[in-house]
Formats: sequence, structure tokens, C-alpha cells
Amino acid sequence: MMNASHMTNQGHAVKRNLLLYLLMAGLLCLVGVVQSWNVTFSLLNMCLISAIMALGLNIQWGYAGLFNVGVMGFAALGGLAGVLVSQAPVPEAWAAGGAGIVGGLIAGLVTIIAGLFMWRRLAHQGRRRYWLTGITVLVGYTLMRMIIDPAVSAIEAVDPARTGFLGGAGMPIIFSWAVGGVFAAAVAFVVGKISLGLRSDYLAIATLGISEIIIYFLKFEDWLTRGVKNVAGLSRPVPYETDLNQSLAFQEFAANIGLSVVDASSLVVKISYAILFTLVLLTILWLCESALRSPWGRMMRAIRDNEIAASAMGKDVKQRHLQVFVLGSAVVGIAGAMLTTLDGQFTPTSYQPLRFTFLIWVMVIIGGSGNNFGAVLGGFVIWFFWIEAEPMGLWLINMVTSGMPDGHWLREHLLDSAAHTRLMTMGAVLLLVLRFSPRGLIPEVKR
Amino acid sequence: MVDFLNALVLLGNFVLVPGLAYGSQLALGALGVTLIYGILRFSNLAHGETMAFGAMITILVTYVLQANGVSIHPLPTALLAIPIGIVGAVLLCLAIDRLVYRYYRRQRSASSIYLIVSIGVMLITGGLIRFIVGPGDRKFTDGERFIIKARAFKEMTGLNEGLAIKTTQGVTVIAAFVVVALVFWFLNKTRTGKAMRAFSDNEDLALLSGINPDRVVMIAWIMTGALATIAGVLYGLDKSFKPFTYMQLLLPIFAAAIVGGVGNPIGAIVGGFVVAFSELIITFAYRKVFMYVLPENMEPSGMVQLLSTDYKFAVSFVILVIVLLVKPTGIFSGKSL
Amino acid sequence: MSYLVGHDMTGGYGGADILHSCSVSVERGQIAVVVGPNGAGKSTAMKAMFGMLNLREGAVTLNGEDITGLKPQERVLKGMGFVPQNNNVFTSMTVEENLEMGAFIRRDDISQTMEQVFSLFPILAEKRRQPAGELSGGQRQQVAVGRALMTKPDVLMLDEPTAGVSPIVMDELFDRIIEVAKTGIAVLMVEQNARQALEIADQGFVLVQGRNAYTDSGKALLANPEVRKAFLGG
Repeated sequence: MMNASHMTNQGHAVKRNLLLYLLMAGLLCLVGVVQSWNVTFSLLNMCLISAIMALGLNIQWGYAGLFNVGVMGFAALGGLAGVLVSQAPVPEAWAAGGAGIVGGLIAGLVTIIAGLFMWRRLAHQGRRRYWLTGITVLVGYTLMRMIIDPAVSAIEAVDPARTGFLGGAGMPIIFSWAVGGVFAAAVAFVVGKISLGLRSDYLAIATLGISEIIIYFLKFEDWLTRGVKNVAGLSRPVPYETDLNQSLAFQEFAANIGLSVVDASSLVVKISYAILFTLVLLTILWLCESALRSPWGRMMRAIRDNEIAASAMGKDVKQRHLQVFVLGSAVVGIAGAMLTTLDGQFTPTSYQPLRFTFLIWVMVIIGGSGNNFGAVLGGFVIWFFWIEAEPMGLWLINMVTSGMPDGHWLREHLLDSAAHTRLMTMGAVLLLVLRFSPRGLIPEVKR
Repeated sequence: MVDFLNALVLLGNFVLVPGLAYGSQLALGALGVTLIYGILRFSNLAHGETMAFGAMITILVTYVLQANGVSIHPLPTALLAIPIGIVGAVLLCLAIDRLVYRYYRRQRSASSIYLIVSIGVMLITGGLIRFIVGPGDRKFTDGERFIIKARAFKEMTGLNEGLAIKTTQGVTVIAAFVVVALVFWFLNKTRTGKAMRAFSDNEDLALLSGINPDRVVMIAWIMTGALATIAGVLYGLDKSFKPFTYMQLLLPIFAAAIVGGVGNPIGAIVGGFVVAFSELIITFAYRKVFMYVLPENMEPSGMVQLLSTDYKFAVSFVILVIVLLVKPTGIFSGKSL
Repeated sequence: MSYLVGHDMTGGYGGADILHSCSVSVERGQIAVVVGPNGAGKSTAMKAMFGMLNLREGAVTLNGEDITGLKPQERVLKGMGFVPQNNNVFTSMTVEENLEMGAFIRRDDISQTMEQVFSLFPILAEKRRQPAGELSGGQRQQVAVGRALMTKPDVLMLDEPTAGVSPIVMDELFDRIIEVAKTGIAVLMVEQNARQALEIADQGFVLVQGRNAYTDSGKALLANPEVRKAFLGG
């Protein structure tokens, strides 16, 4: 039942949120005017992707209070999907080692099943359980390595400069966005099954550790990902700038709107991506909001607010947590695939916890945990300042030190260090918001 | 017999000695983490940055000392600068506690809030460090490089394999031993130390007994700052100082603390060595060892490595995850939240 | 005039009042026992006298001095000792260390007091170097009481000291408590095991729903047919 004051409060809130969004748009336009429109649209694309990642984390933290500090891993899995879906398969590699890989993976699976079986069977046998399971796993692991190692070497030996890996399915890269979500969801299911029973601190550390393991795997299993050699030149769902530059029709178009061909093609590509990304964001946002307002969403929040009571009422807390964990990770995976598509390459070493986990956390906290629109806004705001902190910092330092002669050591040092102020700024912003405005820019709506 | 000795020396050189050094560094780091967990009851994700900060101050002072020709050859000059580094790190910790964490203590906030807050502290401290010294690699070791050189060893013993012990490794183990002994003496034999253990054991009862919580918290930060600085400097002396590495060390350190039983000082020490040796044992290539030990026709063809050296860090994460799943209270049954 | 008195105490933990004009007192060298059904406010009354909750009305005096406004730690300094019902020892620390922590506020030599505690509780002397967490329930309670005695209090308050221990251990504990009272300390005890507690009580307070229902000597209450019917199982 809504009384009059509740409706005006709602009205105020909507107006306020709209204002915040408009401010954000205004900032982006300002960058366009001051720096360049190309920069604006680059920022916009990354903001859109960050917003989706923030949405994913918000599902886990905001809806259910799950402490996932392993966002990086799921984003990377999305990126992996980009490679595995869109790259052409490398037939020689498959011939050289395909069988071995498949055999080895089966052996690995059997080892895990055998290990689990041993563990369950010996449930009450104390020390023996640890020893026997350990030995089973060790033996299984050795067998797996014996099968898989020669296959791996063979695959990596096939034209390592250009391929040296198995390749992918050779399908359009846009499918990878969905596949990325599926990969992330699958891994999240396994991770969630084994670790969601842990308390918050421990869950945080466990997810951090697991995400590092995932990145390690992607970095060093060259046969799958080319490891640190990266996979470049991924296909795309939008035109290539060079193609546009060479098309006569496009050159005319550029002349008509008064831009150089290079500028125009760059802008057109970025805007195309922006349209695609916005569509995905709006779809996911709509899905998330519907879920939040649904009975399922209410139940999730009830569990978050009082797990013991909810459990006593018969709600299967573990199942719900698993659902939320998988869904949130899937969203992050989709964003990860989108990012790799935008980059046009898959670079395992680029997945750092700072950029892909902690930054997303800042986005969710600042934006307003528990509120989808807040998470999206947080994604925009934080990414914007993450990138703009450097030019803004440089401008500021130049102003402040304009009195000093060029080459003065302090001025030089400050200019060099401008990039690092953004770390301090992000940290300070996080702490300030947590202390003085813990509900974030767009707080959770209590229903 | 000679072959057997060679195999032993090989293991000693590549597993035992580095393991002792690395284990000592992890142990000191884990002690700091476990102290904060026991007394303040949260996982301090900013601990790696605290180590880096203390190490940074020490390095800057070392540069000054080196420029002025001060030296304690054959030991590294940095050892002289450590006290000042400690002062710097402790001041930082106390300031952050006063400005940031104290508010949440008064609010009796949930530990997940503390964790997010420590992320903010980690970002600020990390940015501050990079702002002051930049993100690059810095070497600040000096003094005699080796206590025993591989060649000298081979000449002395006539063996094929040489055992080298770097000065920094020796310094690390001895320093860690001294520090740990001091910490244990403090916690077990002094009134204040026992009060801290009591506070960690049962906060309400400790307050009832008249133990001053503010003092306990202050001493905890002082000890943590000191431990972090020493661990950070020893690690930097042994390898090199690069801000990024210290964020990476966070996970092996947490692994050590949790494996040993978080909140339990003995656990932190044992955990440090368990993690260090596991990393080395699992990624060591045993081929040469097998070649020495096994008869000729049974020599292995592959490297006989359980996991490639690339996965060294991953080993500690795997251990961490396994411990969290199988026995979260660790070897010595520390606290669970 | 009694040594420790709670006069007409009215109050609760912040919401509704639990105590309604409740009065409890204890003399030096005597044992006073507070009994009553579950939810009667027994522990609340004791906690109020120790300063762990604020009284809306009423007062607490110690040896004539009004201590109503003092915090628990301050009351310890005035000579009051409190043994909580749960979590009343440092489980990871040895018996001896527990006693040392009990005497934390003292700056003088505590070895004499420790010897006195060990003579009161001989089993603790045997196990002085064992972690308190390894002791049995009854022994732990002795550590808890010993811990409180280390400040040489004039008043010792015990919150359900025999909760969860076997009957034999309970008898043993009560024997020790009698010894404690013999040294001149005023002992105030909240107990669930009403019959056994009243047997050793010099003064008994029966509380019902936060109010005094019956106040008399322990023997008299045990003989009182109404009290017997309501709380002592006839």
C-alpha cells in the first residue's frame, strides 16, 4: 500500500537518479569537447562493459551478501570464450595432440571422481581418509600428466609463432558473449559448490585464490590460450576501420559530415560497439531488475538479511546462494567476452586483481550495493575517473607547479607520478563513501 | 654414496636453503596478519602494502646511508635502516587505525565491512608507495653476497653439486629466529603480552578483567608494523623491491596464516614454512636427483616436475583453498570467525 | 545493614522493563541466593547490580556507598567480583595465566592471593599449567571463580555457577563456595538448581517476573509450602 509521502519519496528518488545519470552523460560530453569525441566513445564503451561487470557483482553482493573477490577469474573466462569461439581451428594441432588432450582431460575427470568417491566412502576413518584420497589423486594426476604432457608439447610445437594452440570453433565472435557467460557460469557452479559454505572473510580469500589459479591456468596452458604470447587479431561484429577507410562510399560520407576519414571510421566503429553494448546492458539490466522485484529477489534479500531465520523457514539457503553466485558470474563472463571483443585480443597477463576485481568492488560500493541502477552508475563513474584521473591529475599538477622552472625535480617527479594518484584517489573515494555514505550514490530501495 | 650426497646437496641448494629463507619471510608476514586477525578480528588485505611501505622507508634511508659511506660490511646496510623503516610503518598503521578502523570498531561493524575497508586502505597505501618511489624495481642489497659460494663448497667437499648460501638468506633466517623468539617471549612471559592473548581469546572477559582495549589495539598495530617492515625488507633484500610483488605476496602470506590456524602465532610460523616448502617441493624438477639416486637404466626422460615453476605462486593458492575447504581452522586450530 | 544492596531496582536492557522494584542484598561472609522460574529476571537482577545494564529506577549501594552510576570495571576496583555464566575463562591460556589475568588490575605481588586460591581449589594447583579449555566443566567453573577471586573482592557474584554440571560436581562446587564465604566474602549467587542452592543459602530471594515473591532465610524458604510447590517440585 503506497501512501502519498511514499509516492513523493519515490518521485524524488527517480528525479535524483535521473539527475545523476545526466551529470554522468554531461561529464562524458565535456571530455568530448575538451579532449576528443574519440576518447569519449572509448570511455563510453569501457564504461558500458564496467557497468555490466558491476551488475554481475551486485547480484552476488547486493542481493545475497556473497563476498566474491574473484571477479577477475570470471572476466578472464569470458575472454577465453572469445578465443575459443571465434578463432579458426588449427587442424595440425588437433591432429598432433587432440587425442592426447581429450584423453588427458578424461583421465583428470576420472581422478577427481575417484578422489571424491574415496573421500565420501571413507567418511569416518580419520587419517586413512586423507592418506588414501591423497594417494588416489596423486596416482590419477600422474597418469593424467603422462597422457597429456606429450600432447601439449606436440600442440605447442605446431607453428608456435603464429598458432601453437588448438584454435577455436571459427564462429562469429558475438556468440562468444553468450558462451562466455556459460563458461563463467559453469566454473562458478563448481567453485560455488565447494566454497560457498565458507564464512565471508574466508569466502573472499578463497575466491581471490581461485581467481588467481584460473589466471595462472590461462597464462601457462599455451595449448589452449597461447598463454603469454596472447591471441591477437580476433574477429569482430562491427566493421574494421581499414575497410571503412578504403570504401569510397564512406569517404564521401566522412566528407559530408566534415570529418577526416580516419576520425570518422574510428568514431563509427566505436559508436557501433556502443550501440551493441548498450543493447546488452539494457537487456541485462531489465532482467536484473525483474529478478530483484520478483518473489525470488525478495527471498534472496530475506536470506541476506537474516540467514538463520530464512533457513529455519525452510528456504534452501545453499541452493539460493549457488544460484546467485552462478548468475552473477555469468554476467561478469559476458562482460569479459565483450571486453575481449572490443580489445580484439586476449591477453591473459592483463587480468590483474586491481583492475578487474578491486575496481569493480569500488564501483558497486560507490554506486550503491543492492541497487542495479546504482551498480551501473558506479560502473560509469568509477571507470570514468579511473581513466580521467591521469589527465586531470597532470593538468592539476601543471597548474600547481606552473611557478616552478621546467626540469625542477619535484615538478618532474609529480608529473611522472600523476598516474599513481588514481590508486590513492580510488582508495580515498572508497573509504569516504563507506564512512559517510555507506549506501552509495543510489541506495538500495527497501521494499 | 657420493651420488647420494650429491642428490642431498642438490635438494639442499634448491629446496632446503631457499625454503628456509622464503619460509622465514612468509612466517614473519603471516605473524602480522594473524595478530591483526586475533586482536582486531578481520583479514587485513592491506598487509602486503604495509610491508612494502616499511620496506620503502628502509630503502630510502639505506640510500642515504650508502651515499654517506656508512656500511657494516659484510652485512647489508639496510639492516641499519630497518628501525627507521619500522617507525615509518608503525606510524602509518597507527594513523590509519585512528582515521579509518577506529570508527568501525566503535560501530561494532561486521567483519566483511572491515575487509572492504582494508581494500580501500590497500589502494591508498599502494598508490602512496608508487607515488613516492614509482613502480619499478629497486635493488638495495650490498655487503658480501655469499656466505658460502657454490664453487668453494665443491672445492671443500669434492662433490659435483655445490651448495650456495647467500648472505641475505642467512640474515633472513637468523633475523626471523630472533624476531619470533622476541614475539613469543613477549606474548608468553610479559603481563602486556598475556593481556593481548587474553583479549584475543575472549574479548568480553578481558574487558571485564580491566584490560584496556585501546592499548591492546595500539600494541597490536605496533607489532604488526614492525613485523611487516622486517619481513618486507628481508624479502626485498633477498629478491628485489618492486611494489607490485608485495601485493602478490599477500596470498601466500594469508595461505600461511590460514594453514597454520589463523589467530595462532605458532600456526603462522609453521604455516609459513609449510607454504614455502610446498611451493618449492611441488615445482622442483627432480630429474637430476633421480639421476643420482637411481641406477643408470632407470633414469627419467622428462623433467619429473609435479607442476611447472610458472605455477609456483599458484601452489600456495591451491594449498589455501584446500585448507579452507578441508579444515578451515588450520593445523593449530585457530579461530574461525 | 547489608554489605551489597540493590534497592527497588527497575529496568531492562533498553526496551521493556524486566525488573520491577526488585530488591536483593547480601551480607559479608554470607551466601545469598536468587532463585525463580525461567525468565524471572534472576540474571538480570545480578547484572544490574554489577552495572551491566542501566536502571530506570532504584539504586545499588556497596557498604553504604551509592555505586549506581559506576561502570562494571569501576565496580571491580571497588571490590566486586563477577563470574559470568558462559565464556568465563580464557580457554587458550593456562589455569595459572587465567588467574594472573584475573588479577590484571592489581599492581602488587599476587603470589599470596594465588596460593590462597590454590588452597581453596586444590585441583587447580594440580592443573596450573594446563590450558583452561582442556579442563572438565566443573574444573572450568572453579577456574572462573578463582579468576574472580584474584582481585581480593569483598563481594563475589556468580551467575548460575552450576549450569550444565553433574550433581556430584555441583556438590563439590557448592562446598567450595561455602569455603569462599567463610573467608568473609559476601557471596551473591543466581541459581537454577533452587533446592540445592537454598540449602547452603543464608538468605534467599525468590523472584517471579522481575519482582520479589518471597524473601527469607534459605531454610525457611525450603520449609515454605508455597515455595516448595511452585519451585521446588513439592
